[in-house]
Amino acid sequence: MALLEIQDLHASVEGHEILKGLNLTLNAGEVHSIMGPNGSGKSTLAAVLARRETYEVTRGRVLFNGKDLLEMKPEDAACEGVFLAFQYPVEIPGIGNAYFVRSAMNAIRKFHGQDELDAMDFLPLYKERMKILEMDDKLVNRSVNEGFSGGEKKRNEILQMAMLEPKLAILDETDSGLDIDALRIVAKGVNAMRGPDRAFLVITHYQRLLDYITPDFVHVLVDGKIVRSGGPELALELEDTGYGPSEADVPQALPA
Amino acid sequence: MSSTVDTIRGLAEQDYKWGFITDIDEDRVPKGLNEDIVRLISARKGEPEFMLEWRLNALRHWFRMAKEEGAPTWANLTIAPIDYQNISYYSAPKKKPQLDSLDQVDPEILRTYEKLGIPLNEQKLFSGVAVDAVFDSVSVATTFKGKLAEMGVIFCSFSEAVQKHPDLIKKYLGSVVPHTDNFYAALNAAVFTDGSFVYVPKGVRCPMELSTYFRINAAETGQFERTLIVADEGAYVSYLEGCTAPIRDENQLHAAVVELIALDNAQIKYSTVQNWYPGDKEGRGGIYNFVTKRGKCLGVNSKISWTQVETGSAITWKYPSCILQGDNSVGEFYSVALTNNRQQADTGTKMIHIGKNTRSTIVSKGISAGYGQNTYRGQVKILKSATGARNYTQCDSLLIGDRCGAHTFPYIEVRNATARMEHEASTSKIGENQLFYLRQRGLTAENAVSMIVNGFCKTVFKELPMEFAVEAQKLLGVSLEGSVG
Ligand SMILES: Nc1ncnc2c1ncn2[C@@H]1O[C@H](COP(=O)(O)OP(=O)(O)OP(=O)(O)O)[C@@H](O)[C@H]1O
Ligand SMILES: [Mg+2]
Repeated sequence: MALLEIQDLHASVEGHEILKGLNLTLNAGEVHSIMGPNGSGKSTLAAVLARRETYEVTRGRVLFNGKDLLEMKPEDAACEGVFLAFQYPVEIPGIGNAYFVRSAMNAIRKFHGQDELDAMDFLPLYKERMKILEMDDKLVNRSVNEGFSGGEKKRNEILQMAMLEPKLAILDETDSGLDIDALRIVAKGVNAMRGPDRAFLVITHYQRLLDYITPDFVHVLVDGKIVRSGGPELALELEDTGYGPSEADVPQALPA
Repeated sequence: MSSTVDTIRGLAEQDYKWGFITDIDEDRVPKGLNEDIVRLISARKGEPEFMLEWRLNALRHWFRMAKEEGAPTWANLTIAPIDYQNISYYSAPKKKPQLDSLDQVDPEILRTYEKLGIPLNEQKLFSGVAVDAVFDSVSVATTFKGKLAEMGVIFCSFSEAVQKHPDLIKKYLGSVVPHTDNFYAALNAAVFTDGSFVYVPKGVRCPMELSTYFRINAAETGQFERTLIVADEGAYVSYLEGCTAPIRDENQLHAAVVELIALDNAQIKYSTVQNWYPGDKEGRGGIYNFVTKRGKCLGVNSKISWTQVETGSAITWKYPSCILQGDNSVGEFYSVALTNNRQQADTGTKMIHIGKNTRSTIVSKGISAGYGQNTYRGQVKILKSATGARNYTQCDSLLIGDRCGAHTFPYIEVRNATARMEHEASTSKIGENQLFYLRQRGLTAENAVSMIVNGFCKTVFKELPMEFAVEAQKLLGVSLEGSVG
């Protein structure tokens, strides 16, 4: 059974249809990359999978781990193992970063009937993962994302992912706004989590991320549909040609 | 977007968990308000003559006010008219205990406090908090009296203070809130039945938190308590106040007065978690809470801090204030006020700067959900004498859903050019993006709202004593229950 199976997905925001019949299958253990022009619907796909309620699914089916994902509330999807690293992480004033992650972890543990973790058990684990991501200790008690630099926010998303250990991690342009060193560190964090039980959906515009996180598959999303799929070499090709039609689609005779 | 509003809209059906009624025999005076009733109350309490005179004086003033101007109408509140003749002004548990031993307290009442999570049994109390419990009109038990007495700290019911420390009462009663102050203060002065009294002698740092727990039980009664706290030179005291009431369909009146006096170098920290019954979803029932709280920083370098978390009551009318008379004295007001369903709150503070280099800080956090209406009303007054005075005011409102309201009325009056004033204000809505972010991490919609609200209130919560802060956080969560669907 596939981990994620998307069939003929149509979704709209405020009456505008954005996803127009999208099909995609991910198996556990795989890394898929989604590329595509601005506004083509990449973040929309991520939001729908995370069950954001402002996005309306008008047609199609999505199975996650054999369960109907479209029936789930955002928190249920999260507890079932869907994690979204946000393109624009949100600030939560007055709530400590570590406290927040522990609350999230405990919400998920509770969902699965497990005991809650207290601060004593949690903190060493948290600090260890922070170290892998080379994050400053002072971010432990700062308010969630408040006053974080763009790069710190993105790293913080990956830290949360590392703590929550999802089955499906969707990274929405996690590389944008990262400097070269940060990119390498974040990729290291992601690679450390690759494993047979987990799949990644990596949304990006740039090959440079895929230099570090080698995908198993690359898909091109244009105007709400996947128009091409291939192996890692497809990303390299796109780097040269852009998202325009592939050569096979170019009309034979161009007017002189 | 509409789905967000729906999500948030649900946050309105809360269960009031403190709404049970205790079945005890009560001794109550007939309904109505006149000189005979006031004489009866004073006699029931065996008061000395000066108290009766003081009460009657206040009552006459109240009648004049009632006739000439009536209850104040300037607050941003819609209040059904109150029939002051249809209220019983004194109700006491019948087996009136002698106040020196807990063994003599009606076991029903002890059970009530246990249900409320406030064991009055001294052994069971976590050390560090002494409790005075006021049940309807009378104080039923004050714990840890002995230990406090060793240090010279007086902590007892107001009635007892009138009997045992009449000189202190004569000297300070009404010295901060005179009966002429306002309509409800006059009413309280005439009919108040009990409350707490604290005196901390020179140089003594009160070794434990002092706490009063107010409970209205009887139907068709009002509760009018009066608290007086005096911190002598160099003394320190931290005082906590909590309150609940049963669920009843009719509105009940609560008109309290609190007076604080800080002498040279003294410090008083006064914290309230107010959780009177707020009424039901449609706004039936609930407590009308008209409270006058004021502190006087009489001495140099004295400090008074008010911290309040107001989640209950149908109507809240309350402005804990500071008169900064002593040079270098400091006044603080930290407030969280939450209105859900049909609750209305008009609350804030007054900071009156008289002495030189006096400083005040105001941090107000208003949260409105459901159809709640939340008004901040604050006055900062810098008198001519207050050279070098400073004020910092921060006033934030958070809206949950789109049917509630937040209003801000700051009044600033500066008569000394050296004053420095800073004012910040903001109004925000809980964003769909914030909620989604938290829910994406696995938190339920309700917990997400609760977390955002708690974050919003953090600067106030950190002023509360530890146990109280935890309680306040939980209370906010409960008060918001149902405001997300
Ligand atoms: N709330 C909204 N109201 C109207 N249109 C919206 C809304 N949200 C998204 N859209 C539109 O949906 C389309 C797809 O947006 P989406 O964010 O999914 O694109 P994307 O592929 O992630 O683009 P980018 O590469 O720039 O991040 C865009 O045209 C965008 O303007
Ligand atoms: Mg995007």
